[in-house]
Amino acid sequence: MSPFLLLLLLLVLSVAGYFIGQYKALNLARKAGGASRLHSLPVYYGMLTALWCCLPAFFMFLIWLGFEQTIVTGLMVADLPETARSLPPARLNLLIKDIQSLASGNIVSGEITPLMRQAAAHYVELQGIGKMITSVIVLVASVAGMLTLHRHIRPELRARNHVEKVVMGLLVVCSTIAIFTTIGIVLSILYEAVRFFRQVPVTEFLFGLEWSPQMAIREDQVGSSGAFGAVPVFAGTILISAIAMLVAAPIGLMSAIFLSEYADKRLRAVAKPMLEILAGVPTVVYGFFAALVVAPMIRGSGAQIGIDVSSESALAAGLVMGVMIIPFVSSLSDDVINAVPQSLRDGAYSVGATRSETIRHVLVPAALPGIVGGLLLAVSRAIGETMIVVMAAGLSANLTANPLQAVTTVTVQIVTLLVGDQEFDSPKTLAAFALGLVLFIGTLFLNIIALTVVRKYRERYE
Amino acid sequence: MQEVLKQNIVEKRILAPRDSRKTIGNINVPNPRMVCRNVNVYYGDKQAIRNVSIDIGCNEVLAMIGPSGCGKSTFLRCLNRMNDTIDSCRVTGEILFDGRDIYDPSVDVVPLRAQVGMVFQKPNPFPKSIYENVAWAPKIHGIVESKSDTDEIVESSLQKAGLWEEVKDRLDQPGTGLSGGQQQRLCIARAIAVSPEVILMDEPCSALDPIATAKIEDLIEELRAQYTIAIVTHSMQQASRVSQRTAFFHLGDLIEVGTTETIFTKPSHQLTEDYITGRYG
Amino acid sequence: MSKSTTGSAARSSASSGRVKTIDIVNKGLKSRYRKEKRFRVYGLLSIIASAVFLAFLLSSIVFNGYSAFLQTYIKLDVPVKTGMINEQNPRRSDFQGIIKAAIRDYFPDVTERKDTRELYSIFSSGAAFQLREKVLKNPPEGDTTISLWVPADDDVDMLMKGHMKRDVPESERRLSDKQLRWIEKLETDKRIEKRFNTTFFTAGDSREPELAGIWGAVKGSFYTMIVTLVLSFPIGIAAAVYLEEFAPKNIATDFIEVNINNLAAVPSIVFGLLGLAVFLNFFGMPRSTPLVGGIVLMLMTLPTIIIASRAALKAVPPSIREAALGVGSSKLQVITGHVLPLALPGMLTGTIIGMAQALGETAPLLMIGMVAFIVDIPGGFTDPAAVMPVQIYLWADSPERAFVERTSAAIMVLLAFLVSMNAVAVIMRKRFERRW
Repeated sequence: MSPFLLLLLLLVLSVAGYFIGQYKALNLARKAGGASRLHSLPVYYGMLTALWCCLPAFFMFLIWLGFEQTIVTGLMVADLPETARSLPPARLNLLIKDIQSLASGNIVSGEITPLMRQAAAHYVELQGIGKMITSVIVLVASVAGMLTLHRHIRPELRARNHVEKVVMGLLVVCSTIAIFTTIGIVLSILYEAVRFFRQVPVTEFLFGLEWSPQMAIREDQVGSSGAFGAVPVFAGTILISAIAMLVAAPIGLMSAIFLSEYADKRLRAVAKPMLEILAGVPTVVYGFFAALVVAPMIRGSGAQIGIDVSSESALAAGLVMGVMIIPFVSSLSDDVINAVPQSLRDGAYSVGATRSETIRHVLVPAALPGIVGGLLLAVSRAIGETMIVVMAAGLSANLTANPLQAVTTVTVQIVTLLVGDQEFDSPKTLAAFALGLVLFIGTLFLNIIALTVVRKYRERYE
Repeated sequence: MQEVLKQNIVEKRILAPRDSRKTIGNINVPNPRMVCRNVNVYYGDKQAIRNVSIDIGCNEVLAMIGPSGCGKSTFLRCLNRMNDTIDSCRVTGEILFDGRDIYDPSVDVVPLRAQVGMVFQKPNPFPKSIYENVAWAPKIHGIVESKSDTDEIVESSLQKAGLWEEVKDRLDQPGTGLSGGQQQRLCIARAIAVSPEVILMDEPCSALDPIATAKIEDLIEELRAQYTIAIVTHSMQQASRVSQRTAFFHLGDLIEVGTTETIFTKPSHQLTEDYITGRYG
Repeated sequence: MSKSTTGSAARSSASSGRVKTIDIVNKGLKSRYRKEKRFRVYGLLSIIASAVFLAFLLSSIVFNGYSAFLQTYIKLDVPVKTGMINEQNPRRSDFQGIIKAAIRDYFPDVTERKDTRELYSIFSSGAAFQLREKVLKNPPEGDTTISLWVPADDDVDMLMKGHMKRDVPESERRLSDKQLRWIEKLETDKRIEKRFNTTFFTAGDSREPELAGIWGAVKGSFYTMIVTLVLSFPIGIAAAVYLEEFAPKNIATDFIEVNINNLAAVPSIVFGLLGLAVFLNFFGMPRSTPLVGGIVLMLMTLPTIIIASRAALKAVPPSIREAALGVGSSKLQVITGHVLPLALPGMLTGTIIGMAQALGETAPLLMIGMVAFIVDIPGGFTDPAAVMPVQIYLWADSPERAFVERTSAAIMVLLAFLVSMNAVAVIMRKRFERRW
């Protein structure tokens, strides 16, 4: 039975449970003499039955879904002949992948051997058995839950309180998903990064000046030893982010000031949606635009004045990224400037200050913590931006501060290392996670500072 | 913001179009500093002030009283065009200052406000040091050229505002760190640092405790020697203590003007009498 | 003005000092207003800069992409004789051969092997598929001639759209002089014309630009968004309700809040790494599928939805809760019965904005293998699929000129979706905006 069908069935059973529970409660009420004899409204008895019907069963379904692949693969591998099982881990992994692909009817990397064919058939069979077992367990759990509760329905059953308790539990679980996501990110990235640092020392990674992760597949190929000094990558990231901030910070801030202090209603009605559109354009579109239009334009104008500009210059990617961040800076600054109380403006105007004097000497200093916080968030965004740099910045890790040359960034390297065929356990693949760890920690640091600063600022004027 | 909210209440009360009521009492003074004639104020199409005419004399304290929402604050804010910051606000009639209509298109609000300063209901010192709070306005106006000029102005303004002795050792500390009464006196010092002729005060003591209020009232009495002061107040005791003349507003109309003594002892209009005897308010 | 007079002006009594003070103020006004004006102009320029960039971006996309909605087709009369179609299994007939024969019929003077190959290459390889569809639909009886408008090769398409110049030397263009002559012959016979490009809206990806379409990506995006929506909307609202209405103020709640706010600012690619390490490698879920893509995007949009939903809940005045509690309902009843309905428009708006973000997101999907070349149109949540932004990324990487215009056209389609989603959000916000 397919998972979707199973879920559908579960839903139907729950609805049935709802009506059964309600029906019994109504019956009880009639016998006892009126619905007021029941502790709760009949609806709650129905809901409680439905919850008992679906929750335990759904929980089991999730557990199976999570571990199905692992268990089935384990069983399949256990049944492989000894010769196959004693292969080195990398080869065995490849074999398993191939068998799985074969089973699901996909393209297989190598030649199909009878062994694989047999294993694939076995795999499919195991999968089928697994599915069947799940279906049976889930349905039995569901019906059992329904029956158990049905037996317990009595007038004095505190159905509403039970339902509310369960609902509260669900709410708590939902709100902790953010924590689990963070833990998941930290653990998964850390785990792979630690494996990387077992092969490449941390110091070499953090302070090395040479980055060329393209390890050869075979030992005897040229350049088989990669270099994993990430300083050029970090430098490139910082260079592009700095260019982006040089564009975004003044333009974004001035836009916010202009819109909140100078612009009349009509201009605001045009400019605000305009900035929202700019903010809503997907980054892949910016990337395409940077690579197709901006980079050649910069290269062309460089050539006209006799400067050699790389076609993947940091300048092009940085400029476009800056434009992407303008609306972000602008909306954050707009918020903090509007949070400055009107009384401060009044105070400044009442001694005869002009608008710009009020803004520059009173509003901006008053809003400064908030503005700085917003800019830090923008920096974090620039560092983590991926598609623009993947499409418009280069791959080669040059250690340079010249914005006209090609540089690479952390996110570009992560994408290049992880897209396409991957080898497990090779430092090349794992290096992406090490970079990811640095990226996560760096942005986390910026975000936490920024969010704290902004929160403190808001509390001051609330 | 608060002003706008307050205005909404006004709108509701004076929705019905009606003629303005005639002002009782003598609106003229022998040596006027500001002369207001037939002033009307509208928020959108709602009228908040109707046909108000009154003089404000040199070196006098004019108190404006009336129930909340009567338009007294709105009128006060017309006197240095602070109403300009509210988009929908429109003012007609004349307000003459030194013989010129301040709502004339040729009049510049920046020097106007340098001459007609204002102190607000809630103390609003800038998030700067005490020193900078006072020194800022003279600096932007170019009144001071050197550090010693600035020091001088800061000291004299703070002294006039009666704050010098309390803060002279901590001028570099933020103005927002002072107590409410001190902050309000700092705001007064800020207003007089540019040597205005008129100081407008919009319920300057409503956020203060009685001791701080007493200090401000003493200060107003002292400042009268040099400045013309128009004060909006909620407290009739305060009006009777600090002012020479009193104007009573009701629902956008100026009902009665007279010397403070007359208004508080022999009011002519029934509404004035009801108000000062506390029948409503 | 000398220093001492300034000082005394400020110090002396108001009546004598004021004249001087106001004079000084007036003297400085001119330069102050100049500064004022300059500042204002800077502000206006910032706005204009953004507007110009946006206009530039949109116009270059439209300029590059509008021609992709048309495609060059060539009219081909295909003689189908008995015996050409495999009787038992028409599916396996040599349609390529039939097409080639038809082309040779039309150009009888092209005989050399090298030339015929060049000749065939001005027709798209999709011609054979088109013929097959047609034949399978109505099997021809006896000898007939089927008239077909078949797509031209992308190079011919570029030529017809003017992206390739005819008057440059042969070595500088992708079509030879001979091919140009044949095309001219087709032109004089009125057998070549540009028509609306239905393939673009109905086909999946292809290596041949003239056969590539976005329907596969649209469907992939659709399935992915369904997964994201089904997961993130209930979870986001539940989390917001708990945090806003029930959660006690303690360290745990603060920690959740910090987490949510931080996750909203974590680079999207990090979510991709999470998806790769946890969902693909640990749980072994299928690669390149809308299911995994949807889950990853759900984790990414969840903070947005939670934050927006909390704001919507905050906007419901406490008096409503108090009134409902006052008539004896339980807290949960108050929330489901009174607070949620009032906050729902705000929550929906936040969700739509979050979904629009997710729809435009590319980076995390690259990590979980949605970047593969997938021709088939996905039929479900566990079929390998591409999504629209990834399709754009893939096409943007392709060297053919024809893919540039298709990329731009795909961007236009994506932007149309995004703009309409945001418009719905704006309208909803306007319509249900309540002032308390």
